[in-house]
Amino acid sequence: MIGLNLVYAVAGLFFAACALLGAVDRRWANALFHALLALSFFAGDAIGDLGNGVLVLALVATATSGRMRRGEPETANEPHGPLLALALVIPAAALGGTLLFKRLPTLVDSQQATLVALTLGVLVALALGHWRLRAPPLAGLRSGRRLIDEIGWAAIMPQLLASLGAVFALAGVGDVVGGLVGGAIPAGSVLGAAIAYGLGMALFTIVMGNAFAAFPVMAAAVGMPLLVHQYGGDPAAVAAIGMLAGFCGTLLTPMAANFNIVPAALLELRDRYGVIRAQAATALPLLLFNVLLLWWVIR
Amino acid sequence: MLVLAGVAVIALGFLLRFNPLLVIVVAAAVTGLAAGLDPFSVLARFGHAFNQSRYVTAIYMVLPVIGLLERAGLQERARGLVGGLRGLTVGRLLAGYLLFRQLSAALGLNAVAGPAQTVRPLVAPMAEAAAARQGEQDGEPIRALAAATDNIGLFFGEDIFIAIGSILLMRGVLEGYGVRVEPFQLSVWAIPTALVAFLVHGARLWWLDRRLKRRAR
Repeated sequence: MIGLNLVYAVAGLFFAACALLGAVDRRWANALFHALLALSFFAGDAIGDLGNGVLVLALVATATSGRMRRGEPETANEPHGPLLALALVIPAAALGGTLLFKRLPTLVDSQQATLVALTLGVLVALALGHWRLRAPPLAGLRSGRRLIDEIGWAAIMPQLLASLGAVFALAGVGDVVGGLVGGAIPAGSVLGAAIAYGLGMALFTIVMGNAFAAFPVMAAAVGMPLLVHQYGGDPAAVAAIGMLAGFCGTLLTPMAANFNIVPAALLELRDRYGVIRAQAATALPLLLFNVLLLWWVIR
Repeated sequence: MLVLAGVAVIALGFLLRFNPLLVIVVAAAVTGLAAGLDPFSVLARFGHAFNQSRYVTAIYMVLPVIGLLERAGLQERARGLVGGLRGLTVGRLLAGYLLFRQLSAALGLNAVAGPAQTVRPLVAPMAEAAAARQGEQDGEPIRALAAATDNIGLFFGEDIFIAIGSILLMRGVLEGYGVRVEPFQLSVWAIPTALVAFLVHGARLWWLDRRLKRRAR
């Protein structure tokens, strides 16, 4: 069955190409970083948990060595060819492929339909692009190598944060935070409980970088015992609005690196926190609205 | 209580602007040790989780396509698109993109757009070109706003779709308490916040247009 195996093979090939091209250009630290990532995609399942742990340490050591260099600027040519149509190949393939593959559960792992479709879209777009734009064979990979160097070590931050979340879960960080928040609510106050739940979701999401990690904790600490059982709130509303309060926290934290830090690198912003700054004035009023909505739903 | 030491490491490390990757690894080590695990099982656990979440990093394979198209002038072409539409302001452009992102996410089409797929090659250069026409010379805040608009549209659209991960998670957690809810009941409650998100962010974009217009006069 086609699933993550295809996705990881293509991703591994991309990082291996980046490593080779980096070595050719004598960007040694960047080449090592990408070679380690290629190893992770090709052989991650074979080297064991401890092996993967050592791999992570090697990646972090390379990243913090200060020897990784940024991508060099590339001057674009005069626009030529059907560029906008080519730019729409990947989104169209992701959309069409997802719908199609969900109907072929024996051929494609339906859990991974979108990622598989995206991967095939990348391969098609790359082939079509080289053909229609008459680009030299390695042009795409060279430009891709330049862009991934622009992102630099921030590229693996989202994956590392996901792994940190697993360690937090193992150590029971969530239960401790939930206990603290639950203990801070004045007895008998619906508004107090709504504020503790909504702000708790946002704050815990800011710490963890992920509302999914915060939700089970806050549901256990405040949502179910107080808002639902004691004050009779609708569990569907309490859950849904709490999750959205958490999303407001996601907009405010560098811990949500794939949404907030990677785009800043990708857009070549001088300020690493520029995207978060641009989001704050929307996220804060929206958080207030969610807390008030919660209160209104329960009372 | 001791396990919160890892959270403190994260907060301090980010505040003092140490390399975030180092901060994350140290925080994981501190948390694991505080919970009484031995160093090797912390490392193994971390490695296991890293291997399990590789799909997060796989998205960068789109970069050769984006790079190839940019090399052939895609950003310039996107800017040209703005030139042909006279009434298009940066605020209207981003408000339109916000609506598109919210609606497509509400239909479950999350991967259709994103910072690498659409914001860098298309939306950011178009927004910059529109803003430059309104007299804004500094492109940095405009690019940041384009990325912010993409995130806000995604976050406050996707929960309306019934088969998204967060809906499934909420359903699973509630079921653990013996409460059965249909995905539809959850997604309905995402609609008020989605509307308010559009109003709040749309108002900020309208305000930006107004500010640029005033400054130009």
